[in-house]
Amino acid sequence: MTPAKFEPGDRVRVRADGQPGHVRTPGYVRGKTGRIERFLGAFKNPESLAYGGSGLPEKPLYKVGFRQTDLWDGYAGRTQDALYIDLYEHWLEPA
Amino acid sequence: MSSDAHHDIDHKHEGVKPSAEAGRHAARIRAIEALLVEKGVLAEEDVRRQIEYMEANSPANGARLVARAWVDPGFKALLLSDTKAAALELGIDASGPVEFVTVENTPGVHNLIVCTLCSCYPRAILGRPPDWYKSMEYRSRAVNEPRAVMREFGLEIGDDVEVAVHDSSADVRYLVLPMRPAGTEGMSEEELAGLVTRDCLIGVSVPSFEGARTDAPGTANPAPRR
Repeated sequence: MTPAKFEPGDRVRVRADGQPGHVRTPGYVRGKTGRIERFLGAFKNPESLAYGGSGLPEKPLYKVGFRQTDLWDGYAGRTQDALYIDLYEHWLEPA
Repeated sequence: MSSDAHHDIDHKHEGVKPSAEAGRHAARIRAIEALLVEKGVLAEEDVRRQIEYMEANSPANGARLVARAWVDPGFKALLLSDTKAAALELGIDASGPVEFVTVENTPGVHNLIVCTLCSCYPRAILGRPPDWYKSMEYRSRAVNEPRAVMREFGLEIGDDVEVAVHDSSADVRYLVLPMRPAGTEGMSEEELAGLVTRDCLIGVSVPSFEGARTDAPGTANPAPRR
């Protein structure tokens, strides 16, 4: 695996451009800005595994936190509510 | 969880209960399985062993982890930092490529688990997920209106509490460590485990104890009793 690029506390934006086929980055976080909460380890790349590939090199995986009010227009909960999702590094860019 | 607590979600899902659609999927899977066996890719024995493995785990494993964490601070620290190691201490083998993370409910934070992309669930510890967890409705609504979803399960989260939703869409599986209900100080570990339901481990419910005030911090209403 390549060394992890981000550290807890870093602000990151999720890539907005999609790609066809199997990915593990749901549409609702694409283009959104959040914060690295923790590094979760390196895992085989699911976008390769899904098509019979080796999944190598392994990709760093991060738990990324978002404010719910940044994700949804008219979020009906409270302003402090948060959403955490695990994203592979190649979907993230510094924000 | 009482039988009527997740009424709303279940009801809207009658359309996906075993149906002609499910029957077609099952027939297709049986055909694929027969082909794989015929071609020697896998053996009937492999299928049987995998089914047994899936059936061997249950929410009772999660309840044991929670109860031990409630009575043993050292174990709680291990559960929160290395869930696999903690599980192994109780004889639960969750080894494999998938990682496990336990998130702790506190007076200020209530956690809720979902997998929006499919139905990722800590199967190696808790066994199979409930049907509603796999429903399109739960998967889509748990992320953008979690408080409304929990309300339908009978759980009202206070305005001063942060709702933290965890979308386990990759290689990590999550379980919730709920708070120990008030009034349970004299209970044994085994009795405590009896308070922890599957839904508490997902976060749509919290453990409650009859005979005590059941308003666990952060919740305005008690969770329904089994």
